[in-house]
Amino acid sequence: MKPYELEVLTALRRAKDMIDRDYAKPLDVPTMAAKAMMSPAHFSRQFKATYGQSPYAYMMTRRIERSMALLRSGMSVTDACMEVGCTSLGSFSTSFTQITGESPSGYRNREHTAVEAMPACIAKSVTRPKSTRVQRY
Amino acid sequence: MDISLQYSHITVNDVDEAIPFYRDGLGLRVENDVASGEHRWVTLASDTQPGLGIVLSDPHAGRSEADGNAMQELLTKGVLPMTVFSTSDLDGLFEQVRATGAEVLQEPIDQPWGPKDCAFRDPSGNMIRLSQR
Repeated sequence: MKPYELEVLTALRRAKDMIDRDYAKPLDVPTMAAKAMMSPAHFSRQFKATYGQSPYAYMMTRRIERSMALLRSGMSVTDACMEVGCTSLGSFSTSFTQITGESPSGYRNREHTAVEAMPACIAKSVTRPKSTRVQRY
Repeated sequence: MDISLQYSHITVNDVDEAIPFYRDGLGLRVENDVASGEHRWVTLASDTQPGLGIVLSDPHAGRSEADGNAMQELLTKGVLPMTVFSTSDLDGLFEQVRATGAEVLQEPIDQPWGPKDCAFRDPSGNMIRLSQR
């Protein structure tokens, strides 16, 4: 690969690492783009081409994934929403339902025996939401 | 019958760029440096675990141009599988690795599932996690 292509991928990786790390903070696309040293529009296109999701969708997926773990551990929906950096319960519930195919309270209240049987690091990866058509554990 | 892990391979964009991270940061010993054409295979060893070799090589070593490029893209995107090391002094090792200028992904914390650990990117983008033994 050409050196500039590697530089672009490295910059995108640093922005993705920032989302993985700071997902619970107020994190907007211009801040992520600045980390990658790109304009927001260019960054969004490049990020999606590289990681398959827009930066905002990636961050929301990450937040919902973390909230699923908190809900499984018995945390209330409101607390889980705030804990992962979402400020509106309504839009958190909408995103959660859109991404996982069930409501946060429905998810919280049902059994999670399959996930409990897995090592925590495996559970984290298999429960990471992908689309509503994917089997949920 | 017995069995143990002998070699583990870590692909890096530039072997020379990677050595300070693994040698000065993680404290591994450079044991072997084998060149073939423009490619190199550098074997690292740990005195704590005699017999285990960690082999650094570049994405195109032993691969076609297309396969090497695909590997290099995954590596640089940071999505290749991580490698996890354990230590009896996590805080000390964390500081030693950080002193090489490595990207910190996570400072040492107690994870809800048990271990205390931290994480870095090596200079090529591999995730290296360290956990307290």
